[in-house]
Amino acid sequence: MCLGIPGQIVEITDADRLMAMADISGVRREVSVACVATPDLSDLLGKWALIHVGFAMSVIDADEAEKTLEALRGLGEAQETLEAMAEGTAAVIGHTSGVTEVAQ
Amino acid sequence: MRYVEEFRDPVAAKAVLTAIEAVVEEIGATAEDPVHIMEICGGHTHAIFRYGLDRLTPKGIEFIHGPGCPVCVLPMSRIDECVEIAERPEVIFCTFGDAMRVPGTRKSLLQAKADGADIRMVYSPLDALEIARRNAEREVVFFGLGFETTTPSTALSIQQAARESLSNFSVFCNHITVPPPIKALLDDPHMVLDGFVGPGHVSMVIGTHPYDFIAETYGKPIVVAGFEPLDLLQSVLMVLRQIRDGRAEVENQYARVVPEHGNPASLAAIEDVYEPRPTFEWRGLGEIDASGLRIRATYAAFDAEEKFAVGYGAGPRIVPEPEGCACGQVMTGRIKPTGCPQYGTGCTPEMPLGALMVSSEGACAAYYQYGATDDTLEAAE
Repeated sequence: MCLGIPGQIVEITDADRLMAMADISGVRREVSVACVATPDLSDLLGKWALIHVGFAMSVIDADEAEKTLEALRGLGEAQETLEAMAEGTAAVIGHTSGVTEVAQ
Repeated sequence: MRYVEEFRDPVAAKAVLTAIEAVVEEIGATAEDPVHIMEICGGHTHAIFRYGLDRLTPKGIEFIHGPGCPVCVLPMSRIDECVEIAERPEVIFCTFGDAMRVPGTRKSLLQAKADGADIRMVYSPLDALEIARRNAEREVVFFGLGFETTTPSTALSIQQAARESLSNFSVFCNHITVPPPIKALLDDPHMVLDGFVGPGHVSMVIGTHPYDFIAETYGKPIVVAGFEPLDLLQSVLMVLRQIRDGRAEVENQYARVVPEHGNPASLAAIEDVYEPRPTFEWRGLGEIDASGLRIRATYAAFDAEEKFAVGYGAGPRIVPEPEGCACGQVMTGRIKPTGCPQYGTGCTPEMPLGALMVSSEGACAAYYQYGATDDTLEAAE
């Protein structure tokens, strides 16, 4: 939970709430861009950001993203983060009364 | 033993290592009289062990592993309070997975979950917000945990909950800040530190100026570092050069990610939602002035401590650490993890007794995971 993971902003999903879709190691996850927001959010499309517990915290270049991802993989942190994201999604849809858990 | 060939750029790593050796020699540091460098961040602790940097660097450097793992410094009383909240039938308690196995005096969150409490592991406070939206009849509590890197995420989530008037969402706030424990360590007469490797992602939020006191008041060098092994080696070299030259400055090795003044949007959200507590308890370090944050009165409706009347002010505070647990001495650098009588026997990553064994960023867990293997390999060599 302490280290951010690089993700690429691929779509603005809710401009009012400053939410965007990020591609994080092939996994798509909605993230907040409140901390890196630009006047025109579409400027963020295609950009890489360090994403920390669902919040884009810093825009970085592609080379830095690759180096960071490699360092995180070396520490096992990348896999841990992807598992935590899957767990989080399950926690949101799981346990909801009357709703059958959606299979992956 | 781990090898420099494992680095992304072994040639560059070897060059930095050679430079480090030269400066250590110039300083005159030896195994008997080493320079003590503290890496503050738990992520750095993990990287140092993973890449064997403590073994690749000369014996004249001793790494002291700082208090920068928020899971590890969480006192047992706070876990007890989490369990107390989570066991209420109307509550859905949301937490980062890292905190699940931290022992409390009664039980860990994992045990509470096994006993029937509705505890859910989430990746983000945004997941907890969504759970609150979908479960209007339940109270959703997010376990806000972490240093300045995580603090903006819960601040922004509380602001969002306020905008949506989401009355069933609250945060149990355990956010802590990096500079106060550093000051506490520097004030400790037992502590002999010559310089610091500063945290990278925390500094991305707060910038480099909150560390000015380390150089200006205490005359110690600090270099903010990235997470690649090469970043860490370069930062160690920068600290050593300051020591050699008799300089004490705040330097930024990670300027490609860390702006001098931090992230303005994050800092504004933190300032809006949180204020410092008079003191906050750290496992192994005790109460430290102004080291923790609490939710401001304007957002009291989203403060789980207010909502459920638990936490600071609600009862006696100090809970003794488990018998034989030496986490506090390890954290202040007085003993190595292997110097703890419980290490590897009464306390393992599978069955942790102390917090430093729980998270992969804790010094004991890092020793256990990498140190033991290396010792075995060295013995075989």
